[in-house]
Amino acid sequence: MIRYLIRRVLWAIVLFFAVTVVSFVLFFIIPADPAKQACGQACTQVDVTRVKKFLGLDKPIYVQYGKFVGRLMPISFTGGPHFKTPSLGNSFFSRQPVNDLVLRAAPVTASLVLGGVILWMLVAVPIGVLSALRPRSLLDRASMTFVLIGISAHPVWIGLIFAYFIGYKWGITPITGYADFINPPPGEPGGPIQWAYHLILPWMTFAILFAALYVRMIRANVLETMNEDYVRTARAKGAPESLVLRKHILRNAMLPIVTMLGMDIGLALGGAVFTESVYSLPGLGRTSIQALANYDTPTVMGVIVFATVAIIVFNLIVDVLYAWIDPRIRLA
Amino acid sequence: MALLEVQDLKTYFRTDDGIVKAVDGVSFNLEKGKTLGIVGESGSGKSVTCLTIMGLNNRRNTITSGRAMFKDHDLIAMSPRRLRDIRGNDIAMIFQDPMTSLNPVHTIGRQLVEAILLHRDVTKAQARARALEMLKAVGIPRAERRIDDYPHQFSGGMRQRVMIAMALVNNPDLLIADEPTTALDVTTQAQILSLMHKLQEEFGSAIIMITHDLGVVAEIADDVVVMYAAEVVEKAPVGRLFERPHMPYTWGLLGSLPRLDATVERLVQIQGQPPSMLNPPRGCRFHPRCPYVMNICKTDDPPLRPVPDEPEHLDACHLDQETKDREAKKLLETMRGAAA
Repeated sequence: MIRYLIRRVLWAIVLFFAVTVVSFVLFFIIPADPAKQACGQACTQVDVTRVKKFLGLDKPIYVQYGKFVGRLMPISFTGGPHFKTPSLGNSFFSRQPVNDLVLRAAPVTASLVLGGVILWMLVAVPIGVLSALRPRSLLDRASMTFVLIGISAHPVWIGLIFAYFIGYKWGITPITGYADFINPPPGEPGGPIQWAYHLILPWMTFAILFAALYVRMIRANVLETMNEDYVRTARAKGAPESLVLRKHILRNAMLPIVTMLGMDIGLALGGAVFTESVYSLPGLGRTSIQALANYDTPTVMGVIVFATVAIIVFNLIVDVLYAWIDPRIRLA
Repeated sequence: MALLEVQDLKTYFRTDDGIVKAVDGVSFNLEKGKTLGIVGESGSGKSVTCLTIMGLNNRRNTITSGRAMFKDHDLIAMSPRRLRDIRGNDIAMIFQDPMTSLNPVHTIGRQLVEAILLHRDVTKAQARARALEMLKAVGIPRAERRIDDYPHQFSGGMRQRVMIAMALVNNPDLLIADEPTTALDVTTQAQILSLMHKLQEEFGSAIIMITHDLGVVAEIADDVVVMYAAEVVEKAPVGRLFERPHMPYTWGLLGSLPRLDATVERLVQIQGQPPSMLNPPRGCRFHPRCPYVMNICKTDDPPLRPVPDEPEHLDACHLDQETKDREAKKLLETMRGAAA
């Protein structure tokens, strides 16, 4: 177990460098000048050169990358080795520390993603299981139609439709915007109820695609597991159907779902970009889109670093969880 | 009074292609403590017969008729609830593939305890003690430690022992074994068979042994039912079947037995394939593959009737008695000749 964790952490470090190097190079080769963008429209060529020097953009790419990594290290060697807070640098555009930008945006995205995951599982598990138990029934056909719509429709479109009808026409929910769970800025709505109220539409929009995918997957898994020999064994023992379903079918059918869930959290972070844009949620997705438009490399890199670490951690948790629920898997 | 009396059992499956007659009028009796072998090729309806008796077919697409009287109660007409009380308690079943018949996410101990607690009003600790006792009885080495292992930690032979332990844990009157040795290697097969034999003497259960292996039948059965294409084609006490087989299909089965003690160029095989049960042949269902086919075989289905001088021995074949005896003798002589 310990050896497994060490190996996983080493892999995570390799992965981290691979992701950051590729992202860095991408920013270097796009034909745009971050310094010019940061400087503003009234800047002269001389000003731009000064800004370039100030931001460190006049250095070769490997020096810039080295500085980026150096800031991220928790240990500094200048003036004797000592611990320091890892830093993502300052935004080219607003000059704010990227740490702060990311930490302010992360809870919004986390709220969106975690709430969305819970919602999609709450929808997908019962529908998936029930339609597997009654194949070709009305419920099964209805849920397969839902699956088709959920998979085909783009979240931006779904988001706009929801915002228009539920938010604007019927006025049931806010159309856009976010309310903090705790410590809202003065004069703005906040608290758990306002938080959930503002997030209902984003959660629904966000969950539909994945709920659809999961209904289909859970249905297929349950259908497959129902035909397993050990399910027949359980019935031959005289077990009632409810017990067969709970102890023998679901337990096995849910194993691959756990794995999928771990992998899809990463995918979901990508999907959050669309939902956040539609509902103007100040999360990581919107932050990175704005930063991209401003050629604000440190902010974009900050979001990438954060997302990479989050995905690595999630996958690790899921793997450990999987070994715990499936006795056949040994982490070695 | 027989323990189990099956009368004119029919199991039809509704499929997208039409009705599949998987079992079509099967009858047999089984006395207490005796062993009945059901022999036949794959798809002859042996397993479905037993799954029907157990009520384990998918209710949604199955049409069942006939009777299966178990201790005076008809298993076919019984409510699912009452049948559930009988399953695993009075009638237990073990299956062909021990690799897939145990639930991979529960320890074998938990699965045995579950079988006990479903039918006995005992504490978990008592159930576990009983489970352990059974694991020892079926010869699991170091059972105290292995009871908390998962199925994947056992070999195929050991898993089948666990399945047997689980089936016998509630002292059933009837054990249905659906090709319990097919998935195992030959030495393990022999061990499992002798174990079943030993346990039968100990527990006094009757056994229905489904197999395509006449060798297994010779070893363990008292009576034999030969099935072909959803029907019983021959039924006899085991000694009679091997001494005086009556039906060309049985001859084919006997002729195709591989022998260790004889040099034979090639194994004799029954020509052709078993028919599709969506659309079985008219007349005798074996006639397209039968080397002795006559005109009547193509139009009339021969009834299952007793051999003139053997009331216990039934066959379904239009051949005259003289030919049957002559051909059976010839076959047995070739087999003995090959052995000599």
